[in-house]
Amino acid sequence: MAVSPRALQATGLARPGRLARAREWWEREHVFGYGLIVPALVLIVGLVAYPFGMAIYFSLSDYWVGSPGDFIGLQNFRDVIANDVFQRTVYNSFVFTGIAVALKVVLGLWLAMLLFRPFRFKRLIRGAVLLPWVIPTALSTLAWWWMFDSLYSVVNWTAIRLGLISAPGPNWLGMPGYAMAAVIAVNVWRGLPFFAITVLAGLVAIPREFYEAAEVDGAGAWGRFRNVTLPLLKPVLAVVILFSTIFTFSDFNIVQVLTRGGPVNTTHLFATLAYQIGLQGGNLGQGAAVSLFLFPMLVGVVFVQLRYIRRE
Amino acid sequence: MVVGVRSRASRIRSAAFGYANIAPYVAFALFPFYYMVITSLKKDVELYNLDSVPLLIQSGIITDHYRYLFFKTEFWTWMKNSLVISVVATAVSLVIAILAGYSLARLRFPGVGSFGTAVFITYLVPPTLLFLPLSQVVVWLGISDSIWALIVTYPTFLVPFSTWLLMGYFRTIPREVEECALVDGASRMQTLTRIVLPMAVPGIVCVTLFGFTLTWNEFTYALTFVSQTANKTAVVGVTADLIRGDIYYWGSLMAGAVVASLPIVVVYVWFLDYYVSGLTAGAVKG
Repeated sequence: MAVSPRALQATGLARPGRLARAREWWEREHVFGYGLIVPALVLIVGLVAYPFGMAIYFSLSDYWVGSPGDFIGLQNFRDVIANDVFQRTVYNSFVFTGIAVALKVVLGLWLAMLLFRPFRFKRLIRGAVLLPWVIPTALSTLAWWWMFDSLYSVVNWTAIRLGLISAPGPNWLGMPGYAMAAVIAVNVWRGLPFFAITVLAGLVAIPREFYEAAEVDGAGAWGRFRNVTLPLLKPVLAVVILFSTIFTFSDFNIVQVLTRGGPVNTTHLFATLAYQIGLQGGNLGQGAAVSLFLFPMLVGVVFVQLRYIRRE
Repeated sequence: MVVGVRSRASRIRSAAFGYANIAPYVAFALFPFYYMVITSLKKDVELYNLDSVPLLIQSGIITDHYRYLFFKTEFWTWMKNSLVISVVATAVSLVIAILAGYSLARLRFPGVGSFGTAVFITYLVPPTLLFLPLSQVVVWLGISDSIWALIVTYPTFLVPFSTWLLMGYFRTIPREVEECALVDGASRMQTLTRIVLPMAVPGIVCVTLFGFTLTWNEFTYALTFVSQTANKTAVVGVTADLIRGDIYYWGSLMAGAVVASLPIVVVYVWFLDYYVSGLTAGAVKG
């Protein structure tokens, strides 16, 4: 095989030529743009979208850990909806989310306004306020478990000494209503910093002239809050409330550590029930059906978020 | 709000009012941590004595609970697992998120808006919606019950979150800077790594801190995908494996909670301002 010098020269030139063309191709804005999102896209498709599809498939089949089952249509959903524990869980989830988010909104606004004043030790106080949000929730919830201990509860001890309740005080985690109150208290304790700090950022962004104008118009403290602060905070508040609703509704850590859904299922949420049925019980089909009830909530929140908030 | 016209007395009154209102909340926020620490240092006889004052340590400080934790349990293995998982998952997610965030924030190509929306929706998907199918995915990948199960699955919530946060930071960098670099003959990748990234350092620090915190604190996947004691993370190890048969375990349990929280506390104290800015950016920019 004799190769002419010209051919050699041609291939020699073609190589950098091809490389240059590839480089030029890569430099095009849309090629580069698509190229950069490929890793994220693979991850989202492979480990979020695909498992979501699987959750739907599980929920429509008789799927147990280690033994994939047959397609059974909506049977799992029918079973789940007819189940007393599930009905209780739906009720619990709305009570838990409703009360916890309402408390976080009211206390968070209040706390943000307190933090907004000029302060000494401002950094220190802000740091302290944010701490519950930063520390591993499962670990701080352990401390709360011990604080609500049936025998040595420091909450009861303090309340008795302050004359708020009479001895021996409630068994917080062993009595239905009290257990729900305890779970809500811990959720508020942990979630409040997020509200307060985010709302505080919203407050800082409000121009002072608005307050001065309101004051000139004779508005009192309440009037300024109602007519200036609240309307201007609305976008921030809406985002924070939506976020918090999703993550409160789908909470797992606090209930799992503090009560495991008990006593008699009065604190079960969708996530803890799905864990109990799907993993501890091994019935992945029904567990997936339970966890999919979180989905309509998510869709609603995403819809509101995309439709109304991002437009502003 | 107009401080100048008010009298001194009213200003002092207002400050006192502020402190008096904030004090109960600070106490409420910090008390569980205080109680964690004193419980871990108390003797068992005092802990389980109904006549003692639970708010104080009256019969002396002991380190037995810590010694038990350090030498009789697999606590340091859990800490090491947590560290490896957090560092690797955060680093991988950071790289993926920088690429995607830059592309979505800065480049123009068909479909860029829908990709941005997809990332945002993924950001909102709670981990508890996907943990059942993911537990099967890690089995099929052959990594269940190992720290790899967590290293592979943690980017599912880290990448959307980090991408979203970084998009905000990239948008604040003036376009002209990039255009100048491109005109001067830099490639697009060089523009990203040499021009844009150095200007986005605060955002990158922020994402790294949040990534480390979120992975270190993660509980749902860590509890679900790993069951062998030796492969557990610190948070799950302390929560699930320190509880022994008898009831007298609170001292070592709280010691575990204190030490396993410590890395986060140290990072947090060091970088407080980044946490505050990241927290508000993540939510407010939505």
